[in-house]
Amino acid sequence: MEAQATVTTPAGAPPRRGWLSPTNRRRLQKFKANRRGYWSFWIFMVLFVLSLFAELIANDRPIIASYKGEILFPVLVDYPEEKFGGFLATTDYRSSFITDEIEANGWMVWPPIRYSYLTVNSNIPHSAPTAPFWLMDTEQRCAGYPLGQEDPGCILGNLNWLGTDDQARDVAARIIYGFRVSVLFGLALTIASAVIGVTAGAIQGYFGGWTDLLFQRFIEIWSSMPVLYILLIIAAILPPGFFVLLGIMLLFSWVGFVGVVRAEFLRARNFEYVNAARALGVGNWTIMFRHLLPNAMVATLTFLPFILSGSIATLTSLDFLGFGMPPGSPSLGEMIAQGKNNLQAPWLGLTAFFTMSIMLSLLIFIGEAVRDAFDPRKTFG
Amino acid sequence: MPSTLARPSGDAMTEPLLSVRDLSVAFHQGGTTSLAVDRVSFDIKPGEVVALVGESGSGKSVTANSMLRLLPYPSASHPSGEILFGGHDLLKAPEQALRQVRGNQITMIFQEPMTSLNPLHTIEKQIGEILDLHQGITGQAARSRILGLLNQVGIREPEKRLQAYPHQLSGGQRQRVMIAMALANRPKLLIADEPTTALDVTVQAQILELLRRLKGEHGMSMLFITHDLGIVRKFADRVCVMTKGKIVESGDVESVFVNPQHPYTRHLLASEPRGEPPLADPAKPVVMEGEDIRVWFPIKAGFLRKVVDHVKAVDGVSLSLRAGETLGVVGESGSGKTTLGLALARLISSEGRIAFIGNNIANFSFTQMRPLRDRLQVVFQDPYGSLSPRMSVGEIIAEGLKVHEPALSADERDERVRWALTEVGLDPETRWRYPHEFSGGQRQRIAIARAMVLKPRFVMLDEPTSALDMTVQAQVVDLLRDLQKKHDLAYLFISHDLKVVKALANHVIVMRAGKVVEEGPAERIFQAPEKDYTKALMAAAFNLEAVDTAAVSQ
Repeated sequence: MEAQATVTTPAGAPPRRGWLSPTNRRRLQKFKANRRGYWSFWIFMVLFVLSLFAELIANDRPIIASYKGEILFPVLVDYPEEKFGGFLATTDYRSSFITDEIEANGWMVWPPIRYSYLTVNSNIPHSAPTAPFWLMDTEQRCAGYPLGQEDPGCILGNLNWLGTDDQARDVAARIIYGFRVSVLFGLALTIASAVIGVTAGAIQGYFGGWTDLLFQRFIEIWSSMPVLYILLIIAAILPPGFFVLLGIMLLFSWVGFVGVVRAEFLRARNFEYVNAARALGVGNWTIMFRHLLPNAMVATLTFLPFILSGSIATLTSLDFLGFGMPPGSPSLGEMIAQGKNNLQAPWLGLTAFFTMSIMLSLLIFIGEAVRDAFDPRKTFG
Repeated sequence: MPSTLARPSGDAMTEPLLSVRDLSVAFHQGGTTSLAVDRVSFDIKPGEVVALVGESGSGKSVTANSMLRLLPYPSASHPSGEILFGGHDLLKAPEQALRQVRGNQITMIFQEPMTSLNPLHTIEKQIGEILDLHQGITGQAARSRILGLLNQVGIREPEKRLQAYPHQLSGGQRQRVMIAMALANRPKLLIADEPTTALDVTVQAQILELLRRLKGEHGMSMLFITHDLGIVRKFADRVCVMTKGKIVESGDVESVFVNPQHPYTRHLLASEPRGEPPLADPAKPVVMEGEDIRVWFPIKAGFLRKVVDHVKAVDGVSLSLRAGETLGVVGESGSGKTTLGLALARLISSEGRIAFIGNNIANFSFTQMRPLRDRLQVVFQDPYGSLSPRMSVGEIIAEGLKVHEPALSADERDERVRWALTEVGLDPETRWRYPHEFSGGQRQRIAIARAMVLKPRFVMLDEPTSALDMTVQAQVVDLLRDLQKKHDLAYLFISHDLKVVKALANHVIVMRAGKVVEEGPAERIFQAPEKDYTKALMAAAFNLEAVDTAAVSQ
């Protein structure tokens, strides 16, 4: 009869199903089926994870050094310069005096790029900004060093791969750190606004009625505020910084999620399985979490990559205008501003442009794949 | 059964109007191909009604849609077969030629009249479009022709209806408009795909009557697709029984019904819900009692949203229900029967006294109700919608236990879940699976298990069988009756399907527009109904006859 389903597993033990429900497994399959999005995801993840370890890739101090038989970790520990016979509070490992001293009494391992985002290159061949080293001939690129081409400092790790900016800081190092700050800021903003927005939308949609009405009116007023002006005003009063900016932008960015989540909850709260749960006596919050939230998460997750790229673009534009991160911090927006001010040094603008466009394109491709994965009408194959 | 239908003499020499030969339909999805229709052949002669009968998924609608090539090509394809109409193979005809046939020589009416009419156009415009397209009739000539058609399909006061939009018409009227559109070009063949399934029984009877009359007047053939054997027997000349994409038996209606050859046909014929409800015992305690229950939804108007009137969904209904007894609530859609059930289960607010096992629960809040909810359970109509697709069957059934018996350990809970699954005739090992892996009947069993696991006293069953196939319906009815006997349950059984109610209910309430039309012991209501409305309902449900009385709406 139709009622007897065949099952072969022994009694009691749940059969192995993997950690994903069948629906999610199908979604993962659809995500992978979108080759462009899948590859974008991995490329982005590799870039992001690499940038998390930026200190090991671009830094003005060695990763590990051996000095007079002692193993040192200059990346992690600030050793006073007197340890090496100098007099500064923090050691300038790039100075030839310290380098020679350590080389004579041991060895050191440098990161591939020997500049941090704030390090000023004191050996530039002419006034900043200087071009990438591969645009100059050998003689010219070492012109800034005391011994010219024979100088031991004129090596790949000390040359500026993407040139320097107008304060003689290495562009490659600033890009790596700037990428990290942008993505971390975007992620933090996206996750925080998702949490707030989903909660607000869920409450509105589930309870409906007056709650919904009042909240909706509030959101209409709130979202019609001139966000950019308010940002500029607040940024002028409060000291600029990562968390202040995050807080200010969070004030307005959570609104984007409310509409979608509210609509999902309004639609789903009359589903029969929700009524069935209510008839079982299940409480409101449990129903919201267990039965309704998964429905709303589909819409939210589809949104996330686009919100993420939007947040990154907003931060960049604030930086460009000079209202973003404090001066000196590595930032893509600041580099675009430099590119605008130094048209004779196109590597500044071009580098920032390519970094931004590649990062945002990758995110959009990922977003497309996520949208495909959650689209119930889309069949693959 | 008196039949007013003049059957053709069954002359084997007449040339068939349409001939389906070896038709197969395959669907490709995600690299897999499934065969929905497998080498089906049948003929339709002029003036003949051929019925395609089968359960959902048997391929009957796909067969009908492929006649006019309405399937989603190219994901659908025809590995074999031809459909001969007027000497041409419709499957190979160019799109241009096919458009001449569609809506002109062969027309279709569909199951859901709301979605088959364009909600943005008036009735006049929709019918006029077809006349313009195929016959080039416009202006005044079109209008008089439209009025004639609306008259023909029995729309009262057609002049007033010309400018109406589909949402202003009732389901039956919409289906009449659909039929008028189908008849506009005097087709030779009308394909009716479950034309009455979405309609109430009394309206269904009227529509069938209309189709029968029109067929006689126009002398057209009809392909009638349905799952309802009663309609086939009453209405068709020949029948083809389909299952799993194949026609397993075909022949004259009389011979197939009297002397079915194939086991599936016999199974289908034997699957009407049957049996008698267990006898009610007046000594048992009263479980649920309602007195003058009213559910009025306010209609607000004006700037200050003043309440100007009420929609009286339930208007003064009283009932009482003892343990081990079933109260059937019957009525057409919109009669307030589901609202009454929801009010008794305290899922919507209502007025009037509701007593459940000795507590007056009429004014209980949601929190106050919670301790009682384990003994007051609900089974919903749609087994596809009532189970959360993201939870396994075990989690679904255990959800109520977590609320009402939080002291249970995980093992004890699992034990109870297995017990409940066994109770409803499912393998306990299926509790790890997800709802989409089950058929409709199995899902309804899961929904029943979810209610049974809490050992309820009172179960409100809201049309639990209407979304199910005929053979499965009978099984669910048997299951419900067994469970009732075993656990002394009180059922409130809400249904528009009188056959199912007859098999389960001891006591029946007939509702209309929120009020009780007639009530009494099931036996008396079914044998000797007193009110006109009840009589019309019975005639429509059991004999598919339309009774011309003011008590029935169009």
